[in-house]
Parts: sequence; structure tokens; C-alpha cells
Amino acid sequence: MKRTLLLSLAAAVAFATGAAARDNILVGVTLGATGPGASLGIHYKNAFQLIPRTLGGRPVEFIILEDKTDPTEAAKNARKLIGEEKVDAIMGSNSVPSTTQIAQIATEAKTPMIALAPVALPHEKLGWVFTTPQPVALMMGAVVEDMKKKGVKTVGYIGFSDSWGDLVLKALKKHAEPAGIKVLTDERYARADTSVTGQVIKLLSADPDAVVVGGSGTGGALPHIGLVERGYKKPIYHNHGTVNREFIKVGGKKVEGAIAPTGPLIVPEDLPADNEVKPVASDFTKRYEDKFGEGTRNAFGGYSYDGYLLLNAAVPAALEKAKPGTPEFRQALRDALEDAKNVVGTHGVYNMSPEDHTGLDERARVLVIVDDGKWRLKK
Amino acid sequence: MSFNIALWLSQDAITNGAIYALLALALVAVYTVTRVIFVPQGDFISLAALSLATLQAGLVPGTVYLLIGGGLLITAIDGVAVLRKKKLKRFAAIALENIALPAVIAGAAVWSASRPEDILLQVAVTLAIVTPMGPMLYRLAFQPVANAPILVLLIIAVAVHYMLTGMALVFFGGEGVRTQLLPDISFQLGVLNITGQSLAVIITSLVLIVLLAILFGSTVYGKALRATALNRTGARLVGISSEFTGRLSFALAALIGAASGILVSPFTTIYYDTGFLISLKGFVGAIIGGMTNYPLAALGSLLVGFLESFSSFWASTFKESIVFTLIIPVLLWRSLTTHRVEEDEEP
Repeated sequence: MKRTLLLSLAAAVAFATGAAARDNILVGVTLGATGPGASLGIHYKNAFQLIPRTLGGRPVEFIILEDKTDPTEAAKNARKLIGEEKVDAIMGSNSVPSTTQIAQIATEAKTPMIALAPVALPHEKLGWVFTTPQPVALMMGAVVEDMKKKGVKTVGYIGFSDSWGDLVLKALKKHAEPAGIKVLTDERYARADTSVTGQVIKLLSADPDAVVVGGSGTGGALPHIGLVERGYKKPIYHNHGTVNREFIKVGGKKVEGAIAPTGPLIVPEDLPADNEVKPVASDFTKRYEDKFGEGTRNAFGGYSYDGYLLLNAAVPAALEKAKPGTPEFRQALRDALEDAKNVVGTHGVYNMSPEDHTGLDERARVLVIVDDGKWRLKK
Repeated sequence: MSFNIALWLSQDAITNGAIYALLALALVAVYTVTRVIFVPQGDFISLAALSLATLQAGLVPGTVYLLIGGGLLITAIDGVAVLRKKKLKRFAAIALENIALPAVIAGAAVWSASRPEDILLQVAVTLAIVTPMGPMLYRLAFQPVANAPILVLLIIAVAVHYMLTGMALVFFGGEGVRTQLLPDISFQLGVLNITGQSLAVIITSLVLIVLLAILFGSTVYGKALRATALNRTGARLVGISSEFTGRLSFALAALIGAASGILVSPFTTIYYDTGFLISLKGFVGAIIGGMTNYPLAALGSLLVGFLESFSSFWASTFKESIVFTLIIPVLLWRSLTTHRVEEDEEP
């Protein structure tokens, strides 16, 4: 009896010390491939099938959990990954509320995090968080520049009645007001609505020079179709959440001419040969479509992949300082992520700094337009 | 607001209200006959719209497997029971209904997937796929606990809803679809631009409502349904099978759900989970009818349609809140004017 006790004690001690430092790297991932964000989450998750299983030459294990696009579930997953699995870094999730939850937990537990969606927190609270998607303001800046070129003076806004709709409107206003463009309306709708007639009529009676839609995925098609059916002929802009082939499938001929900002990986073929992002973006888009079918390219898988590329660039420096599985390694990894310079991803070139944890610039955005049933680079 | 705008909004309200009215009638029918608050009603909308879109894309929808799987499960449960009693004829009937019928429908689905231009066939096949799921659900989820308290039935209904939503996500993925039913025809009536689609919705809804009225008013099946709704024990005493009326009401609910799904899918984007929200608005209508009164439920749904349309013009940010807040005054008025009957107690 005594011997068994001693043995199990010895085993427990061995296990405990084994858990502290290890040779391979553990990365926790929480994503929602079900629930309201499923259409995005599926692509985010798919990308992990294309991600190599080494980080900076070391073997890495990804523990991928499902959070149903539910912030509470995402928080639970994050606590489990950090508390029980003792991951060296955490990645997630595909919605703003979920990602914000995870970011708070990661910061509190001092675990480096790659945020795969924008985080709704001020920069001071993001010491441990690095974001791969372009800031909404960067993207909407491109939209406003195009409006200026066209001589647009007034713009109508219709967006989702959730935090995404708020973020897009805020970013639009940030650029539109200095440019002297007036935002006339703030109409809201939901993805599940059967009709947006009321909002469309209100937009039409304000008669703006252009309309911006703050939806995402196929959800962006409903107001666009409504506007076109009621005879609106001026430009309609979308945001980077809308660019996928299902949007065109749903909208058909009626969404011809829709303009949206997005990352370069949507149109790698149309990019000039000297574009820095072109090789990485072409390679990823090709491999994604080989695996998941022609036309499945999308921005979301690229965010997961860029998260991997960032970690891959940062891990060697961290390995010099400590062994994976220790708090020292997590601290070193965070510092290395903050130092990451000229990491070429599928969406752009990441240059992190203590002031900027997204590190993307104008190279991370292109304007695309629906031309003959396809998203093409807007010339 | 000008008169024209009010007219346009009303047109939109009537089109949506017609769909909500159909759903409200189905909810009332199921509730009065089986006491189930039928949360999965809206899932039939999604399943039908997504199945139709899949057929139009020339593929066989995954719902066919759901149908076949459900049939096999029922045959396994019911068939074994009658085989033990050596009732071979009864077994043959069960197998015919639950294995042969789904197989025929599956065959029709494969055939129709190869004929993308035959829209009428696609609609018929979609109805044939979704409608039998109603009775199957009743048999598998509700019939074994038909006498349980309303709360238990409600919780089972919620579970069934989540199961169907999950299945729809597996079969169809997370993106939304639209279908093409009629060519884009429209004509001008004064300031109103009337599209063929919206006219089809209103006419089909009216026809279905009249058919329902005839079914309930003057057929023996309708009388059985009404008798069960009035008094389950009494209906059983005079020889009406409550299992039969249960399945019939679920078949009606599934048929109406499928029809609504087919009707709305050309003018809005349907996702695997949006049917629920649409049926929730029908539910508000049904509540206005006290879950028992058909005409009041239909009128209530129309009111929901108007409220939704006009609030989306005036205050689109608060549209959903306005529509669903309607329940509170209605419930207040209901609880003040009606006697409370303990429905949970079986006499």
C-alpha cells in the first residue's frame, strides 16, 4: 500500500515537472465553426489543415477547440487552454466579442495571443495581444479615398445592428469627416431579416452620392439588392467582411459593380509582379483552393495563416531565451512578437512595435470590384 | 413620411405578414393538438430553402439522408415491437411508410437534381423531403412523452430545434442562399412596384389559409384535430387516436414551414439558422392569438409585419426590440382578460 502511494507520488511529481518545460511547442486555438459566425469560422479552421506542424523548426501541436461563436464559450476554452493545457500561445477567434473575451484572459494570464479578429479594447490593454486582420479604419480609409476620387460629397450608411456595424460606421466617419464627406444616415438591419425595404426607402429619400454597407459575408447582399431593385444607380461600397464568392452567388447580377476593400490574397493574380505580398498570397490561395475547391478563396483563412507566420517568425528568438512550457518562454515569445519586423503574410507586411500590435500598412489593402460575377482588382 | 412611402412600407408589411401568419397558424395547430410549443417550426423554413437551393445547384441535398435515417430509426423502434408480436402485415406497412417512401423521395431528389430547369419539380421534391420530417419528429421525440407537462415538451422542442439547426449546418454550411423561383417580372400599380414574387407569397398564403380552414372546418381529419384540441381524453374515448392527430398536426406544421421557406427564399438570404428568427415573429402573432385562436393569430402576425416594416423605416436600430416588446402588453392584456386554466393537469 505504502509502495503504491510512493509510486503514484513519484509519478505525480514527474508529471508536474514534465508539464513545466517541454521540447515541443503547444498552441491553443479556439474558433467558432458553428453558431452565427460559422460562415467565417469554417474558413478560419480550414486554414489549420494547411499550416505546417513546426514553429521555428520545433515541432508544434495545435489544440483546436470549438466555441460556437459564443463569447462565453470562447472564454471557457481560453481558460482551459491556458490553465490546463499550459499553452505557449493562444489564437482565436472569428468574432469581435469572442476575441475580446479571449484577449482579456490571455493578458491576465500573461500568455501571448494572436487575435484573428479585431479586438474591441484600447491599445494599453493589449500588451500580450497581436492582431492579424487589418484595422477597420485602414480598410475604410481606402473606401473614402476612392469616394474622394469620384467626387462623392454625401454617403448613406446601412450596417448590421451589432458591434461589426458599429465598427465599420466608426471607421467610415473617422475618414469621411476630415475629407468633407457627410454621413447622412445610420440605418441598421440583421442578417436574418426577411426585408430591408424600410431602411432602403429611408436611404433613397436621403439621396446620398454613395452608400456604404456594414454587413459581412452574404449578409451584405440584402441591402445591396434592395437598393438596386429600387433603382439606386450610384456606387455601393462594402467592407472587407463581405468579400467571398457566396456574396456574388447570392446577389447574382444585382451586385455587379459592388466595391470593397480586402487583403491582397483575394486577387493575387491581378497584383503587379513586384508586389511583396504576391508570392505568399498566391501560394496560400492556390493551396487553399487545391484543398477546398475552386473559388473557395477568402480573407479569413489568411488571417489564421498569417497568425502562424507571425509565431513562426518570433519563436526562434524566444527559444534562445527559454524552454517551451515555462512562463519565461511566454514572456520571451511576447517580446519577440513585438519585435517582429517585415513578416510577409498573405494579407500584407507585418511590422510590430510597442505602439502598434497589428503592424499593417497600405500594402495590406486593395480595392476589389465585382466584375462579371468575380471579385477583381479595381484599377 | 409621405403617402407613397406608407404605401410601399405597407406592401412590404403584407408580404412578410402573410408568411408570419402561415407560421402562426402552424404553431397554433400544433399547440392545440399536442400542447407542444413548436420551437423547431422555423427550422423547416431553413431546411426547405436550403434544400431547394441545393437542388437548383444540381446537387442532392443532405436533408434526404436525414429523411432516410429517420425512417430507418422509426422502423427499428416500431418494427421490432410488432415483429415480436408476429404481426407481419403491420410490419410491412411500417416498412413501406418509413423505408420505401423516403427511398422514393430520395430517388425523386436525385432525378430532380439532374433537371435544374424544372422549377416546379424542385419545389414539389422539396416539399416531399421536408413534410415527412414533421411526423417523424413527432414519432421519435414527442409521442413517447405525449402526456408529459407542457414545460417538458417545450424543453424537448428546444432540443429538437438545436439538433435540426446543427444538421442544417452540417449539410449546407454556414453561408446563406437565395433561390430563383419566378423570372424577375414586375408591374406598376400606381406608385407601387409589384413583383411576381411578392404576389406569389400573398396568393399562396391566402390559398393555404383557405385550405386550412376547409381542412379544419369540414373534413373528418379536421374534426379529429379539433376534437383532440378541445379534449384529449374525450377524443380518445370516441375513438380518435391522439397519436394520429399528433402526427397529422406535425405534418401540417412541416408542410407550412417548408412552403414558407420556399416562398421567402427568392427575396431574402436564408441561412441554416435564420428560419428560427422568422418563426419567432410568427410566434409573436400566435401569442396575440393566445396560442389557440386562429383568426386572431393571423391578424396578430399581420400586425407584426406592419410593426416591423414601419419601425425599420423610423428606427431600424431598434426594430427587433420593438417587435418583440409587443409580447409584453399582449401578455398583460391576455392575463387580465382570460381565465387561467391549468393546462398541465390531465383530467
